[in-house]
Amino acid sequence: MSSLVFLVPLALVLGAAALGGFLWSLRSGQYDDLDGAAARILLDDEEDEN
Amino acid sequence: MSCCAPGVEAAAEIGRDPSAEELKLASRDLGDGLYQTDLSVPGVHCAACIRTVERGLGKLAGVESARVNLSTKRVGVKWRGDAPPPMIQALAGFGYPAHLFEAEQDKGDPELSRLIRAVGVAGFCAMNIMLLSVSVWSGADAETRQAFHWISAVLALPALVYSGQVFFRSAWSALKVGRTNMDVPISIGITLAFSLSLYDTFHNGRHAYFDAATTLVFFLLIGRTLDHVMREKARAAVRGLVRLSPRGATILRDDGSHDYLPVSEVEPGMRILLAAGDRVPVDGMVVEGASELDCAIATGESAPLHVVPGSALRAGTLNLTGPLTLAATAKAQASFLAEMVRLMEAAEGGRARYRRLADRAAQLYSPVVHATAFLTFLGWMAATGDWHRAIGIAIAVLIITCPCALGLAVPIVQVIAARRLFENGIMVKDGSGIERLAQIDTAVFDKTGTLTLGRARLVDVEASDEAMLAVAAALAARSRHPLSRAIASGLDSGTPIALTEIIEQPGLGIEARVGGDSYRLGRSEWALVDGKLGQGTVLGRNGQFAAGFMFEDTLRPGTADALTALQGQGLGVAILSGDQPATVAATARQLGVEHFEGALLPGAKVSRLGELAAEGKRMLMVGDGLNDAPALAAAHVSMAPATAADIGRNAADFVFLHESLAAVPTALAVAREAGKLVRQNFALAVVYNAIALPIAIAGYVTPLVAALAMSLSSVLVVANALRLKAGKVTKTASAVQSEHLSGPQAMAAAE
Repeated sequence: MSSLVFLVPLALVLGAAALGGFLWSLRSGQYDDLDGAAARILLDDEEDEN
Repeated sequence: MSCCAPGVEAAAEIGRDPSAEELKLASRDLGDGLYQTDLSVPGVHCAACIRTVERGLGKLAGVESARVNLSTKRVGVKWRGDAPPPMIQALAGFGYPAHLFEAEQDKGDPELSRLIRAVGVAGFCAMNIMLLSVSVWSGADAETRQAFHWISAVLALPALVYSGQVFFRSAWSALKVGRTNMDVPISIGITLAFSLSLYDTFHNGRHAYFDAATTLVFFLLIGRTLDHVMREKARAAVRGLVRLSPRGATILRDDGSHDYLPVSEVEPGMRILLAAGDRVPVDGMVVEGASELDCAIATGESAPLHVVPGSALRAGTLNLTGPLTLAATAKAQASFLAEMVRLMEAAEGGRARYRRLADRAAQLYSPVVHATAFLTFLGWMAATGDWHRAIGIAIAVLIITCPCALGLAVPIVQVIAARRLFENGIMVKDGSGIERLAQIDTAVFDKTGTLTLGRARLVDVEASDEAMLAVAAALAARSRHPLSRAIASGLDSGTPIALTEIIEQPGLGIEARVGGDSYRLGRSEWALVDGKLGQGTVLGRNGQFAAGFMFEDTLRPGTADALTALQGQGLGVAILSGDQPATVAATARQLGVEHFEGALLPGAKVSRLGELAAEGKRMLMVGDGLNDAPALAAAHVSMAPATAADIGRNAADFVFLHESLAAVPTALAVAREAGKLVRQNFALAVVYNAIALPIAIAGYVTPLVAALAMSLSSVLVVANALRLKAGKVTKTASAVQSEHLSGPQAMAAAE
């Protein structure tokens, strides 16, 4: 029982952190082009970036 | 680019590229001298395409960055400078035809992000509550259970207040007008479940339904979000297609200066300069110059129209050969286009009356659910007199019958069907289009631009000798007129012939000298000394007949197969066209279509559809022109090619991007299978309720049973919907589609 006192809040904090991460990634436009993200993994790093 | 150089099927090739002024007008000012232009590039579809486009554009002078969005097939280009870089020309050079995109419509989708945030919050709450609930169900002692219930209650609050809003709002707006929808039982169910659980938690009760309430919100929101995503995706794709109406016009001021004004600012009386290859921006009258106009999109007529000073022009028609000066006779809002909009609005009644399957189910469903829950409450009250127990069981009934399966049943199938269609190059505006398409028994086609491509093809030549044909080919090669192009590509040019003094006479033809002879290729009354009107296109040598040319509109690839496939499925096929009756009859004969009518005005098309509808027929209308737009709005369901006029595309439920007409049977096959799966899903939901409802009424539903039953029914429905992917029908249909696609591509390669 005593372990639950900090384990449950810990679980909730971790979950809330994941939720925050999701909302952040949503806001920063990471879900705007899912097909593109899937394809871009096949591209080499830009060698002629300047 | 090798593997994925897009074929000729990629959308439209209309007129010429937008001018630099037009590009600038469509760009967004990001401040600091930076501009962003959004282009629709229908051809990108893999990683190599992304690289080619982004690197290629990045190398242009003035371009800061270019970013491809593969989902929406768009590229956003950020650039600096006074004039936009030649992006469209560069893209065409890489093999990706691009079109201007409406910048002002690209404003993101606040509703979607709201829904996704709601799903995220509900998911977080539901999962954590479920975690705690599992330990309660597995037998936590009273003290722990109590603590967990309290934590659950705190967690359930945001799910209810924030995520649940979606349902509460919809339910409230339905109740306000005295109607009920699916969201009413959902709202009552989750609110009551939460309230009773809270009450029980206060009083150390054994059961709490926090998990059921939040999981319900989570699942239903997923369905709602999918539904929304599907509609928006298609809408965005359709919006991104080529615009047929010009966005600006070059105005000739009285002092001789030129101005490029947005179409909406053009006033009647202004003089407009119209170059060859431009579309007429507003209704007007020719003041100066002569040319030929392609009216296919406006009236369905396939033969070019000869215009001289005094001729009236309709907005949307394409100037083919010579520069014209027009006097605007109407504002953009009052032009031909606007007239079509009025006709469309008048015609739209039938479509608006259609109610989606899910709504009809809800209409039936919610009174039954409410009545059952209420009767259960009364029954238990009468039997036990324990109001707490009676309410608890009534809520269990509400929760267990809550239309999880119904909420997901339709959208999940439609999302997958839309995905299938998207892969076949067909965009769906909204789910009800798929439902309506599955019901049709008649397919009505427009001719010009729909069954045919509106591109002339040389079919017959009558010539005095072979040498004349070589001259004709050489002359035709110098002109951009569609008939000249048809002659040039239809004749073997052979040895090159030296032409001198080449002059193109707009609206008449092209003339040149070969040695001592003067040749004219064009209208018979102009090319021949004794030529009469309407003899078609001829080659005259010193005014004497040398060769005559007969043309025919090119059929869309796959047209004959598509019509045969539709007739094979028992559909009636008809052609309604605005073109000359003789031309329509020839096309109909060639395709084996028995019912056809020509020379129909836009209004007449609508009334013909009305007559068919009065006979109890449900029609699919396939058309592309401005003149088809009212008919597209009037039909039970409608489809338009990507090359269609804006307004027609907006009126259509489906838009197909590929050239082949095989899209029609493909869409029909997908829609019918989707309809079957939706019915199966409804059947599953009914079976589930038939089993679960008696258990709930009998009072045996604990929170654990409710959670299991709900998840099971949702998973079943989703799994059933996924079977569409494996559907044999769609597989063979897409095979047919790709076969047709290889046709024009092969032809283009051969050229």
